[in-house]
Amino acid sequence: MMISGAEIVIRCLQEEKVDCVFGYPGGSVLHIYDALFKQDQVKHILVRHEQAAVHAADAYSRSSQRVGVALVTSGPGVTNTVTGIATAYMDSIPMVVLTGQVPSFYIGQDAFQECDTVGITRPCVKHNFLVKDVKDLAVTIKKAFHIASTGRPGPVVVDIPKDITAQMCEFDYPKTIQMRSYNPVVKGHLGQIKKAVQILQEAKRPVIYTGGGVILSDAAEQLTKLAHKLNFPVTNTLMGLGGYPATDKQFIGMLGMHGTFEANNAMHYADVILAIGARFDDRVIGNPEHFGEEKRRVIHIDIDPSSISKRVKVDVPIVGNVPDVIEEIVKLMDGGFKTDPEVANWWKQIDEWRGRDSLRYKQSEHIMPQFVMEKLYEVTGGNAFITSDVGQHQMFAAQYYKFDKPRRWINSGGLGTMGVGLPYGMGVLMANPDAQVACVTGEGSIQMCIQELSTCKQYGFPIKIINLNNGMLGMVRQWQEMFYSKRYSQSYVTSLPDFVKLAEAYGHVGMKIEKPEDVEPALRKAFTEHKDDLVFMDFIIDPGANVFPMVAAGKGLTEMILAEDI
Amino acid sequence: MRHIISILIENESGALSRVAGLFSARGYNIESLTVAPTEDPSLSRMTILTSGSDEVLEQITKQLNKLVDVVKVVDLSEAAHVERELMLIKVRATGKDREEMKRMADIFRGRIIDVTESTYVIELTGASSKLDSFIAALDAGLILETVRTGVCGIGRGDRILKV
Repeated sequence: MMISGAEIVIRCLQEEKVDCVFGYPGGSVLHIYDALFKQDQVKHILVRHEQAAVHAADAYSRSSQRVGVALVTSGPGVTNTVTGIATAYMDSIPMVVLTGQVPSFYIGQDAFQECDTVGITRPCVKHNFLVKDVKDLAVTIKKAFHIASTGRPGPVVVDIPKDITAQMCEFDYPKTIQMRSYNPVVKGHLGQIKKAVQILQEAKRPVIYTGGGVILSDAAEQLTKLAHKLNFPVTNTLMGLGGYPATDKQFIGMLGMHGTFEANNAMHYADVILAIGARFDDRVIGNPEHFGEEKRRVIHIDIDPSSISKRVKVDVPIVGNVPDVIEEIVKLMDGGFKTDPEVANWWKQIDEWRGRDSLRYKQSEHIMPQFVMEKLYEVTGGNAFITSDVGQHQMFAAQYYKFDKPRRWINSGGLGTMGVGLPYGMGVLMANPDAQVACVTGEGSIQMCIQELSTCKQYGFPIKIINLNNGMLGMVRQWQEMFYSKRYSQSYVTSLPDFVKLAEAYGHVGMKIEKPEDVEPALRKAFTEHKDDLVFMDFIIDPGANVFPMVAAGKGLTEMILAEDI
Repeated sequence: MRHIISILIENESGALSRVAGLFSARGYNIESLTVAPTEDPSLSRMTILTSGSDEVLEQITKQLNKLVDVVKVVDLSEAAHVERELMLIKVRATGKDREEMKRMADIFRGRIIDVTESTYVIELTGASSKLDSFIAALDAGLILETVRTGVCGIGRGDRILKV
């Protein structure tokens, strides 16, 4: 039977078991929206700005392992998605973005709402396509899902001209796809794995350093098993939080620019680093020259060969799917593996570093942001999905909310995109409808996608917005305080809205919390009495609170600045 | 270090800009780039002359391999290979220079492929250094125009780049 290109698009989504798309209609996608209207298998979430559609699709994926899908129109619809696509790209999130394009016979003529979608998005996608023939439509969408979700995942854009969505064609969805130019390596090289096991056996000061790859490949279970067998300390990157239970005694906290004293020291002084699904980026190892001063051996497991030896020279590279490689290691260890007795002394050293309690903070008469995070953790029993924006609040959430499970910590690590928190909450709720979701944000970030309060009302997303309001762009202010002699250039906001009234204007519940003793009762109220409401909680926090420990940009991991009294 | 990278890539529109974009986005050099379809019209072969340390070259190869359209990548200069570049050079050929130009073209085994009363177009093929020497050997004031294809190369003997 011949069906239209638009119907083919929807049929493809159904075949891929996509249950919802986030989008915004417009001229070039009207045929697709019409086809969407005639079915009820694929739900559509109408956002208020295309950027939010992509962020929501991104979080849908982050919180569920399924591919998120966004649908937008040509021209400005596309340009508005670029931030969202780049955000997903930097964190390797599988996502398919379907974009409308002007009719193919208008392309290149500066038609109304035309832009070079493939050109504009090329540097921030894993791959992109322009569909030029309706006969290629189904196979292109199949390829898009295949590429997005295999190997090192990433966003894929499919640009579909309007005339293609009107043309009629037989629908034939391929079951599998073969591409001679795209065959990611899955199985790790056994010889390399054997070498790795040997080195692990010889390690005297080992550390297991894991990143977002563990989350993306669903390897948390295997990682925990391996770490317990080895009894080595484990540190996570910002993107890796939840990949290993934060309440486990082997967990030494997040590392990097705002990592714990013990994690950064362990990473620096380790003689063997087992890096898994992590990429030694600048926020993690600081100055590579300083990092390179210590002699050590590095084992690196990653699905992406280009992540290996990119910033730090690796001794044993293992390219492959993380959970499979870990299983292989565990299997080899069953044949009489013994760790070096020196590791006990290493643990003593780590416990001494731990004793510094580098996340300690001083209470003040104001609400301390760290305190809000601790209470949020208590009140939600550690079970919430925490989305965050970017800045001090993000670091406080990462440091003080202990993630025991993967896919619960949803934030923009690589690109550092302010404004993602609220749309991320929407995406999490579409993938996990019964979840408790808190969006930890600040008065700066939340205003970057504030319009989505309207979407939240329409679909009844009961997100709890934890607005850590210090009237300052806190992280910018912190850097200016420390490195720019307190010249607070453009880092404060003098006319903030009344967030309580703003929330109410959108039909939500607003709360303003100004005293430390009110923090816990307010949170409890929000999560019980207002369980089904979106609650905007405006916490007026200590404006002077800073994030510590801190490794200044360009400094080495051991050159941490600690809070004054530590 | 100078390297010649050979790439087999799907002959799709935009494939060239993916490669060029990768080089500029990651700050790698392109000294020359040539591309044309192979005997299999669905594949193009691209030759890029670049330079960088071993670490940079390793990254370039890995990043190129990561492009979805790229089928194969080799660093030709890693082993025995032959390389050639073609140049067309238009020179002033009047008076005593006319004979001198003819002589120079012969010495460098070039061919004169266009002749007017006052100009020659000389075709010259060889290693890039030979083309450089030819330019250096001419009186700069007599060179009217030059165009070069950039390097292309192929492995020697059994070294074959094919799908």
